[in-house]
Amino acid sequence: MHLEKIKLISFGYFEKSLLEKIVKDVEQEFQLPVKTKEGHLDLSLFYDPSRRQYDGNRLLKEITNSYAKEQNKTLGLFNVDLFIPILTYIFGQAYLNGKAGIASIYRLRNERYGIFKDEKVLINRFRKEVIHELGHTFGLIHCFDPTCVMRSSTYVEDIDQKNHQLCHKCREQLTKT
Amino acid sequence: MAKKISILIVDDEESVRDSLYNWFIEDGYHVECAEDAKKALSMLQSESFHIILADIKMPGMDGLEMLKRIKSLKSDAIVIIMTAFATVDTAVQALKDGAFDYVTKPFDPDDLSHLIRNASKQITLTEENEILKDKVTLLENVEDMIGQSEAMQEVFKQIESVAQSNASVIITGESGTGKELVAKAIHANSSRKFFPMVSVHCGALTESLLESELFGHEKGAFTGAVYNRKGRFEMADSGTIFLDEIATISPKMQVELLRVLETKSFVRVGGNKEISSDFRVLCATNRDLKSMVDKGLFREDLYYRLNVVNINVPPLRNRIEDIPLLIDYFIKKCCNSMNRPILPIEPAALKRMEEYAYPGNIRELENMVERAIVVGNGKKIMLKDLPMVKERMSTSFESLDDLGKKHILAILNKYGWNITVSAKALKLDRVTLYNKIKKYGLTQPKQ
Repeated sequence: MHLEKIKLISFGYFEKSLLEKIVKDVEQEFQLPVKTKEGHLDLSLFYDPSRRQYDGNRLLKEITNSYAKEQNKTLGLFNVDLFIPILTYIFGQAYLNGKAGIASIYRLRNERYGIFKDEKVLINRFRKEVIHELGHTFGLIHCFDPTCVMRSSTYVEDIDQKNHQLCHKCREQLTKT
Repeated sequence: MAKKISILIVDDEESVRDSLYNWFIEDGYHVECAEDAKKALSMLQSESFHIILADIKMPGMDGLEMLKRIKSLKSDAIVIIMTAFATVDTAVQALKDGAFDYVTKPFDPDDLSHLIRNASKQITLTEENEILKDKVTLLENVEDMIGQSEAMQEVFKQIESVAQSNASVIITGESGTGKELVAKAIHANSSRKFFPMVSVHCGALTESLLESELFGHEKGAFTGAVYNRKGRFEMADSGTIFLDEIATISPKMQVELLRVLETKSFVRVGGNKEISSDFRVLCATNRDLKSMVDKGLFREDLYYRLNVVNINVPPLRNRIEDIPLLIDYFIKKCCNSMNRPILPIEPAALKRMEEYAYPGNIRELENMVERAIVVGNGKKIMLKDLPMVKERMSTSFESLDDLGKKHILAILNKYGWNITVSAKALKLDRVTLYNKIKKYGLTQPKQ
């Protein structure tokens, strides 16, 4: 199927400049036009009071069913803390070879870890997370190259260590798909 | 990841199954899910999984009961028990019953990755251990190739030059000359040596059995196909397949074999999924394949596909200088396996063994040595311990006259005591035959 574009839909407040900076890198990596859009969801429906977090599985289903189209790759951007039932938290998730994914900026902020706010670091982390989840929607699995953006990251320090680009092998895989 | 690890998730909560499924699939694992223990156990009957992640609390059979059943089916299965309500008692029980680990939901993402990485490491180590064991056995067997004769040196040279290539090889030679050892030596010296060498004795199987053996079958493909089964071509992936007695396969199998050799892919019996396998083919026969091709009994295209290189293993009678070496080797091998001291051999016995023709080749020689050690006095291998000497001794009680008498009587009976015909068959004249009948006192049996 011919892919038309990548759609980044933000839910909640995101600074325009932050999204603009990310768009450029995403376009560069996937060689597809990227459109941003504001979405509106009642996030309280996805809130789990016992965990005080938002259900990533249900949010991903909602994005897939209500916002994603076959000819696009759609990523929902959130600024709330996401979880899935078996894990304490997630930065994001996506359907492998699917049409949608989600990513959250919540746990990427330095302030959460008692460090001074750093906008540059935040943008850097978020663009890596966005490219990583979109990579999954293009069928890319986790990569063992420590510099590749598809490297699995469980902590922000892991994100900081990798680049925002795909390694040669993943790029080849992407070209094939 | 060198090998795709397969994971079975067993949990009654759909959201947990989905979460784990998505998490592992992104890591490149092969993942399947089951909503209860019953379904999981039935899936395990038809498919094997490297890791089983099971919830402890499930309706019907719980995780601990399932763990016991899985362990009784496959003792080395890696089962990780998950629970939302961890107690020391259940954790201890799970580990006592053989669980690989016990984790509490929800896990930290890093813990989950560590857990699976550790389990994968254990799987890799177990598999490497198996491969190394096979390799050691293989190398032991390859040492069985003994020979200083010119004919065997030529065979060794051919093995060395052909081993590193991927070319198909036909190994010819009489029965018992060691064709399978040549195949093992080629495999052990090739770049495929760390992968399996799978042998198939084509002559021992019927057409349908051979088909299922080579290509595998899906559950329900025929009566008795209770489970999915991998075929030998699939098992030989990255390694070598050795087809012994290739001349015995039916014309239908010849066509199928040709197709597999050309495409390196096949479909299991009763299946519809094309399976690819990277294997090298070695085959052996004691028959003259070329003359079978000329007579139309063996497909010419298959013959040329297989016969890229031909190695002919000489019969033992053509390399008598190797016999003492082989005798020495088999005495050591046999005495070691029986935990006995190495026995010397009497010179007369050695001489008799060197003179013998060995129609059964090395296999006959090995059996002869083993028999002599078993029946002998335990101090030395003697001439009287050899089977050919026994045979000769058992017939030496009869004189030539006795043998002549028996033979003439048999011919006379055969031709109904017709003297003219019997004399002609015995190449005697009628008078001589009458004289012999009289001399031996032979009488015609009454009708």
